Amino acid sequence: MLRFATNRDYSLVGPEAAKAIETGLANGEWYKSPIPRKRLKELMARSDGPALRDTAIWLGLILAFGGLGIWLWGTWWAVPVFAVYGVLYASAADSRWHECGHRTAFRTVWINDAVYALASFLLLRSPTAWRWSHTRHHTDTIIVGRDPEIAGMRPPQLIIMVLNIFGLVNVPQSLATLARYSVGRLNAEELDYVPQMERWRVQVEAIVILAIHLGALAVAVATSSLLPVVLIGGPNIYGIWFLWWVGNTQHLGLAEDVLDHRLDARTVYMNPVFRFLYWNMNYHVEHHMYPMVPYHALKALHEEVKADCPPATPSVMAAWREILPTILRQLNDPTHFIRKQLPAGAGQLAERAGAHHG
Amino acid sequence: MAEWIRACGVDDIDTEDVVRFDHAGRTFAIYRSPDDRFYATDGLCTHELAHLADGFVMDSIIECPKHNGRFDYRTGAAKGAPVCVNLKTYPVRVDGDQVLIEVSP
Ligand code: FES
Repeated sequence: MLRFATNRDYSLVGPEAAKAIETGLANGEWYKSPIPRKRLKELMARSDGPALRDTAIWLGLILAFGGLGIWLWGTWWAVPVFAVYGVLYASAADSRWHECGHRTAFRTVWINDAVYALASFLLLRSPTAWRWSHTRHHTDTIIVGRDPEIAGMRPPQLIIMVLNIFGLVNVPQSLATLARYSVGRLNAEELDYVPQMERWRVQVEAIVILAIHLGALAVAVATSSLLPVVLIGGPNIYGIWFLWWVGNTQHLGLAEDVLDHRLDARTVYMNPVFRFLYWNMNYHVEHHMYPMVPYHALKALHEEVKADCPPATPSVMAAWREILPTILRQLNDPTHFIRKQLPAGAGQLAERAGAHHG
Repeated sequence: MAEWIRACGVDDIDTEDVVRFDHAGRTFAIYRSPDDRFYATDGLCTHELAHLADGFVMDSIIECPKHNGRFDYRTGAAKGAPVCVNLKTYPVRVDGDQVLIEVSP
């Protein structure tokens, strides 16, 4: 991950990593809101139905808008059509990647794995390397020096953040990472979380993903048309803004180094269209507490635990209204963050964990 | 020398579920399968520190609560990343309404 210098070391191989292990934050025991086992079992139940339906709609829409875009190519009508195609291709792929990575979306394992591989391809991600990175994100959520997926550092990397509305840092970086993987090279951080026995997969996957994208690029050059790269790969530039808008609400501006997802993650109410595109990842506190609950049961899980959690943020706009002033203030004061208030009578681990954060 | 010890009562576990059993500083997971057989494994995931009894039983699979790693609880076989190391299993027998497991020291 490209980073400017900050006064905390967010790398996984620096002094903060050692400190997190020393203080017991690494691999710590996280707070979970109590929920009766019987009810939790109902919520964890797996089925193929909801995700088959949602995936058919998702892929159907991608094919329909892609086909329409090809048909309208060369006219201005292609612009709004590809705007929708791009969001479906790139932004919506992230939550499919995520849920299928947990293997909870479908009951059938191979369908989870197939959709996971497809979504990883769409997002220019190595399925294996990202599986391990996300595993670490769940072990050590927003623990500095341990979590490879901290999007909002202190002080914020504002220029990078803004450029990534159009993937302008992420896309070149993803391509460079895939190129590095394709020659079998993992950096020190990746070696920290991808186990030895899985590393060969990273190389094979990178070669396949790069070959298909280079193929699209070659066709674009040969035909002197942008269409192939607008269809394949390009949405990571022009269609990622929606993920940026909703995905950054997950943790941005909240506490670091607490063993309590109620304080370092945010649950945000979203409309049904957003929730379809985002596969209910707006229930982010709930997802982190109980990653075994599939996306389609997260709303019900939220009802079970909400009395033990800070009030949900009422909208994406409301989330940004608290995030923006916070990250702007963090430019000068990196110790500043949003302290989520737990309701009266809520579980208490937060207080113990709270002692760690800075 | 291995010994049989009482882990729980038959009725302490629902069908297709798991309970935790701690004994002599060790922790085990005791399973009741959908076809009403009993099985036992080590109680902790082989990936990181997580009690499998907090996980989810689906057919012959136990899914770890921490990163959704899966094992076949009948054989202990790890079923793919992020779990790469098999679970240790233990013999189980039912004596009346009691579930016994054979534990080696
Ligand atoms: S601790 Fe069990 S899968 Fe990670």
